[in-house]
Amino acid sequence: MKLDPTIPAGPLETKWDRHQLEMKLVSPANKRKYRVIVVGTGLAGASAAATMAESGYQVSAYCFQDSPRRAHSIAAQGGINAAKNYQNDGDSVYRLFYDTIKGGDFRAREANVYRLAQTSMKIIDQCVAQGVPFAREYGGVLANRSFGGAQVSRTFYARGQTGQQLLLGAYSALQRMVGLGRVRMFARHEMLELIVVNGVARGIVTRDLVSGEVRSHVADAVVLATGGYGNVFYLSTNAKGCNTTANWRAYKHGAAFANPCFTQIHPTCIPVSGDYQSKLTLMSESLRNDGRIWVPKQQGDKRQPQTIPEDERDYYLERKYPSYGNLAPRDIASRAAKEACDSGRGVGRTGLGVYLDFASAIERLGEPVIRERYGNLFEMYERITAENPYTTPMRIFPATHYTMGGLWVDYNLMSTIPGLHVIGEANFSDHGANRLGASALMQGLADGYFILPHTIGHWLATAKLEDVTTDHPAVKAAEAAVAARTQRLLSIGGKRTAASFHRELGQIIWDECGLARNASGLKSALERLPKLREEFWHDLNVPGDGAGLNQSLERAGRVADFLELGELMCLDALKREESCGGHFRVEHQTEDGEALRDDERFCHVAAWEYAGDDRDPIRHTEPLRFDFVNLAQRSYK
Amino acid sequence: MKIKLNVWRQRSRAEAGSFESYAADDVSEDMSFLEMLDVVNERLTTEGKDPIAFDHDCREGICGSCSIVIDGRPHGPKDRTTACQLHMRSFPDGAEITLEPWRAGAFPIVKDLVVDRSAFDRIIQAGGFVSVPTGSAVDGNALPIEKENADLAMDAAACIGCGACVAACPNASAMLFTSAKISQLALLPQGQPERWRRVLSMVETMDEEGFGSCTNHGECMAACPKSISLDNIARMNRDWMRAALRSGRRAGSTTESAAD
Repeated sequence: MKLDPTIPAGPLETKWDRHQLEMKLVSPANKRKYRVIVVGTGLAGASAAATMAESGYQVSAYCFQDSPRRAHSIAAQGGINAAKNYQNDGDSVYRLFYDTIKGGDFRAREANVYRLAQTSMKIIDQCVAQGVPFAREYGGVLANRSFGGAQVSRTFYARGQTGQQLLLGAYSALQRMVGLGRVRMFARHEMLELIVVNGVARGIVTRDLVSGEVRSHVADAVVLATGGYGNVFYLSTNAKGCNTTANWRAYKHGAAFANPCFTQIHPTCIPVSGDYQSKLTLMSESLRNDGRIWVPKQQGDKRQPQTIPEDERDYYLERKYPSYGNLAPRDIASRAAKEACDSGRGVGRTGLGVYLDFASAIERLGEPVIRERYGNLFEMYERITAENPYTTPMRIFPATHYTMGGLWVDYNLMSTIPGLHVIGEANFSDHGANRLGASALMQGLADGYFILPHTIGHWLATAKLEDVTTDHPAVKAAEAAVAARTQRLLSIGGKRTAASFHRELGQIIWDECGLARNASGLKSALERLPKLREEFWHDLNVPGDGAGLNQSLERAGRVADFLELGELMCLDALKREESCGGHFRVEHQTEDGEALRDDERFCHVAAWEYAGDDRDPIRHTEPLRFDFVNLAQRSYK
Repeated sequence: MKIKLNVWRQRSRAEAGSFESYAADDVSEDMSFLEMLDVVNERLTTEGKDPIAFDHDCREGICGSCSIVIDGRPHGPKDRTTACQLHMRSFPDGAEITLEPWRAGAFPIVKDLVVDRSAFDRIIQAGGFVSVPTGSAVDGNALPIEKENADLAMDAAACIGCGACVAACPNASAMLFTSAKISQLALLPQGQPERWRRVLSMVETMDEEGFGSCTNHGECMAACPKSISLDNIARMNRDWMRAALRSGRRAGSTTESAAD
């Protein structure tokens, strides 16, 4: 397998402009001759489908939800970064680029990240033009707030619902194209197979989740915008339906899977309350602008938080990272919370929690200001926990939130399968080993509105595509594979539900491949996971049949893929013998417990090639070159 | 807690449905309502029965998937709370709870508690957008917007498209949903060029989809988990009137300039 990132030559600042000049174009009159499939309608998928349709391509879009507006981008709360420097605080494209590279612990490509920072400004303009109601100042100009890992205010927001508003903007653009007949929309359709003809991605096989009908769709290019795989942990902040199935099908057809062990655990989520728990709820990072994180200095201190005197509290982020304080990046804040709890100072019934306290902000600014800034988040917290955060500190604990790893793509966002493009969280490209807050929305929309619609033209203009119809043998084979797999899931006739396997898988991944990882734990996971997978295929119970809406069947198929992906994650974590960003190997840390990278041996992307069900996957590497920034040890002290 | 559930079961659109009762004896008050249903479904599956189908996804009150009428109220007894954010502590021990799907002609039942809300997508397709192709935007700050209007637009834009307003309305009207989008865009300068054609087209589609008319019950706003205001309906009606006059749609009017 060849991993050629196809990064354009020349100075960092001009690479993308030059590349756009050098790419081949499809003329406006010819665009309508090309068919493009987009799977997933979150920020990346909806914006890409709408933009490509606007420029003239025939687009089909697919989502498993009942409407494209429900994709999980909708749940993003805090904001979206852009290097506008409206606050005149010294921001610039270069600073956003550098913050993102450093935040990712120097495990992302310079050229991609620079392009992302450049594109960030156009995103804000586009979204404003669509009518996205960003927060404004009284003078009518756009407001900004601060986010973790940055010392400038560059985050644009719409209350605590920025993801919702940006997604509804992209959704409205998509619906406009659907209404004009330029996008064919297939809601409640799940992609279950990729169609590859002579090594080139040419379509997908879907199951209509309502009728059960299995159908093929062929095209000249396929785009996966199918999100991340955080639900491998079972408990995460992802929506229940988020899954890795589309990406896993692509992996099994030869798309390399890059850095699967790079997962993000978000520091501020509502702690688990019982074993029936089905998901975890995020409390926006923006809360760390005004909330102070602390635990009691004494182990096992069970006093009410308000009664613990100031000098008996440990504001550990402020103590350890004075220059960033409570706005330290997510990986660092999460690990610090785990350390506090591991040392017996965790709070709440389970001891797995730390306080996020607004008392001093309320004293300084008054309750109305805090209510205006975070009212909806406080309400959500109270609804779930029955505690009032205006008077009692919130209890929070880290939870899986985002996956930086994903399908490997080159600079044109094309995977190792020609014709298969991957955008948004589904690819691996821009966040390295840790993503900064408010950067996921930025990347999804950069890929979808401004990057893919250009690069896909280059693919279509240069590829020599043969005619493929749905009678092609490769299409029939893909359909047969879906039918066989569905039948297999339905016919096991065992005793355990898919959810019970999922929960067990999640526990193994959380324990061994979560906040801290070590070789013996990962090896033990790699022994237990194949056994769990075998039990799954022998003792699974899926009620009903495949001829109509069957939510148990949908779930079983997704869990089957997560079981395989979990193994690849652990393998990747085992082979990356360094700590970087969200990947913390306890064997590799500095004296004061910070991540210790090994740039000699691991300054690369690890991309895994599927080699067959009975063979270990093959680890390939793409060396990361840093021509413009110095590889430094990340410090937020 | 011990709970008794009466659940609407219907295998498909074509078949008749009926209520069935289930006991849930191992409910914790910290469970969300959907987690309680998960537990019931796990047991049904293990017993070889068909689990209850219901729509859900984000489980944090923002995606708008969940759509259960609980004891006659869309999303259940707690104000401004979606079914997924409702917790069992809102019910007394021993409660008997009735679960039904959204009931409206324009939302056909798919299975059990799952309905087809694609009519909402078609209303948006009719005009719930600003026609601004990617790349044609001016700088975000080139368009100053009065903070109050930006905030009102955000209030309207907070709609999650769940359809509780339709389920709550005795006429199964979609006025609150439709007006929220129309209002959001009418309050902003970006929405002005298409303001009049938008309101006409979206209202026409809403009628074609089979939603009823508004007779000012206000049930929609009471059921709305995001407190979308009835003011939006007033704004929409006013805009529709102006637009209809402008386009000469009013019976007997033949001159386009009548309302200008």
